[in-house]
Amino acid sequence: MVKATDILDQEPILEVKDLQTSFFTDKFEVKAVDGVNFAVPKGKTLGIVGESGSGKSITSLSILRLIQNPGKIIGGEILFKGENILKKSEAEMRKIRGNEISMIFQEPMTSLNPVYTVGQQISESFMIHQNMSKKEAMKRSAEMLELVGIPSPKQRVKQYPHELSGGMRQRVMIAIALACDPELLIADEPTTALDVTIQAQILELMKDLQDRLGMSIIMITHDLGVVAETCDYVAVMYMGKVVEYAKVRDVFKNPKHPYTVGLLNSLPRHDIDLGDVELQVIEGSVPSPDNLPKGCRFAPRCPFATELCHEKLPDLEQSDNGNQIRCWIYTDEWDGDQEVDVSAKRTT
Amino acid sequence: MFQFIVRRLIQTIPVLIGVTILTFSMVRLIPGDPAQIMAGESASQEQIELTRERLGLNDPLPVQYFDYVSGVVTGDLGNSIRNGRPVADEIKVRIGTTVSLAFYSTLLSVFLGIIFGVFAAVRRGKLSDTLVMIAALFGLSMPNFWLGLILIQYFAIGRDVLFFNTGWFLASGWGTWQQMVLPVITLGTAGAAIIARMTRSSMLEVIDQDYIRTARAKGVKERIVVYRHALKNALIPVVTVVGLQFGALLGGAVITENVFAINGLGRLMVGAINSRDFPIVQSGVLVFAFLFVFVNIMVDVIYRLLNKRIDLN
Ligand SMILES: Nc1ncnc2c1ncn2[C@@H]1O[C@H](COP(=O)(O)OP(=O)(O)OP(=O)(O)O)[C@@H](O)[C@H]1O
Ligand SMILES: [Mg+2]
Repeated sequence: MVKATDILDQEPILEVKDLQTSFFTDKFEVKAVDGVNFAVPKGKTLGIVGESGSGKSITSLSILRLIQNPGKIIGGEILFKGENILKKSEAEMRKIRGNEISMIFQEPMTSLNPVYTVGQQISESFMIHQNMSKKEAMKRSAEMLELVGIPSPKQRVKQYPHELSGGMRQRVMIAIALACDPELLIADEPTTALDVTIQAQILELMKDLQDRLGMSIIMITHDLGVVAETCDYVAVMYMGKVVEYAKVRDVFKNPKHPYTVGLLNSLPRHDIDLGDVELQVIEGSVPSPDNLPKGCRFAPRCPFATELCHEKLPDLEQSDNGNQIRCWIYTDEWDGDQEVDVSAKRTT
Repeated sequence: MFQFIVRRLIQTIPVLIGVTILTFSMVRLIPGDPAQIMAGESASQEQIELTRERLGLNDPLPVQYFDYVSGVVTGDLGNSIRNGRPVADEIKVRIGTTVSLAFYSTLLSVFLGIIFGVFAAVRRGKLSDTLVMIAALFGLSMPNFWLGLILIQYFAIGRDVLFFNTGWFLASGWGTWQQMVLPVITLGTAGAAIIARMTRSSMLEVIDQDYIRTARAKGVKERIVVYRHALKNALIPVVTVVGLQFGALLGGAVITENVFAINGLGRLMVGAINSRDFPIVQSGVLVFAFLFVFVNIMVDVIYRLLNKRIDLN
């Protein structure tokens, strides 16, 4: 088994080792996160990509230990600045949440409390973590709104969420998340619910704030375009597992996992004219959790799959160019065509 | 807000007019001669004619209605048949008792209902949740008069338990706290049960919302998540129930006052119905309706204070 930190050029601020989070429904166990490994370098951005349902949100909620019943973290380690978060008490966790690790959620429309003003909701972080007085916190809240680019912040702090647009609300969420200068910001598809022009603004804002404040970011998205623009490293997830983990540059230049190639093929490119090349979709769909493939989770949809792939689950291994890949093709046991070139399948 | 209250008050005018039309028609629609009804069964022909004259029963209906409403507005509600005293006075001396009974009962309902509702919601699916909800079902299905009698039996008359007697409270009257405890419990229990069930389901809905997760992600303590972030949202639908519940409460007050021999409006009404004292019945209905309308305005105000999404104007 490889270590996620091996491919980093920087010190890690967070290292997730073999994380397992399951939901226990009446009939079966849904392994939403099933042995996830990755590390986040200090001051840099890690992207997590994958189709809907691949476990991105559950992974990030696990990092903050915010998994609610019937979900449970059942294994692994989450090392934040070298300490295992999973071993901490609830009181210690509260000191980390919103203070050292913050999160922006996927749903800006519903993530703010409708009965409190924007100012009250930002203030709360200051009051909890920095013991500020109400008045002082409110003043700082207005400053935070200014920081995230909301005009006339002094009036805005007194408004309720329903008075703001989706883009504004996401900015407020960012303000809440950044209030206490977190060392790690988890952004769970921060722009998915917003329209395209607002998306670009929000991403720009986050990049800008990272440069100024020097925090690390986990950028969760299913859009490889966003990854290319904002991330330094990327972990590709499929069905609760990381299938490829590498520097962004390497993934785009030389993707190794058939699933990554599939994702890239479904991404429109603006930098080169492709002529008549059609965007491709990955054949098939994600298997249901009660009927998991025995071998590689991607085997049923993989154009290269052999008997070995259907029978046995591959481990995450380091390939010669540095990418960490969970695929039999790059191992000595590979029973298919030895000359197979996965990247040749790329159409874009 | 002030504007809203004024607007809301203006909106009740049609309701109040409707209520007066109802009470006005009450006497005129039941079979028999209204003058005879209003004068009482034992009235002489002379008295009946006098009443007919006084009520202007020979005038056209709109004129009669106008006279009636101006009477209501100026506080002239006619005289009781039984003792000849002005109805307005009879009501005035009793309304305080009934309002305080209703008020304390509502307070008890809201207090117990919210506490148990939140308690059950936080312990969803656990044994304590189930027990509270079973208790609520009991509270809901127990008839008022029966609960009142049981309470009198056990806590006013009392039972010998080991070395002490449980007859701590009084079974009749209204004024001292020993007299007030049992009627308030009797009247408040059903409301508490309804509010507990409502609070529980409302809390369960709210606690799964995204903004609750946001609060937890900020590092807010679970207790504050429940009471500050969740409860305030969960109470919005509960408040409306309290308003509706108040109607049932007034009905219950009539029964409770009779069980505990409390000299309030409810008892006055029952006595008046038994002795066919129509002026009293008519005005009693009117007062109850006004109370209900007034309480519901207050509920609306609280609702709007809680629910920021509703535009005040
Ligand atoms: N409360 C729950 N009960 C049962 N299963 C759940 C629950 N929440 C999540 N899951 C399962 O966990 C898996 C991962 O969900 P997750 O929300 O992490 O996906 P995601 O990668 O964030 O997808 P998206 O791109 O749609 O946000 C899903 O397959 C889902 O079925
Ligand atoms: Mg998600």
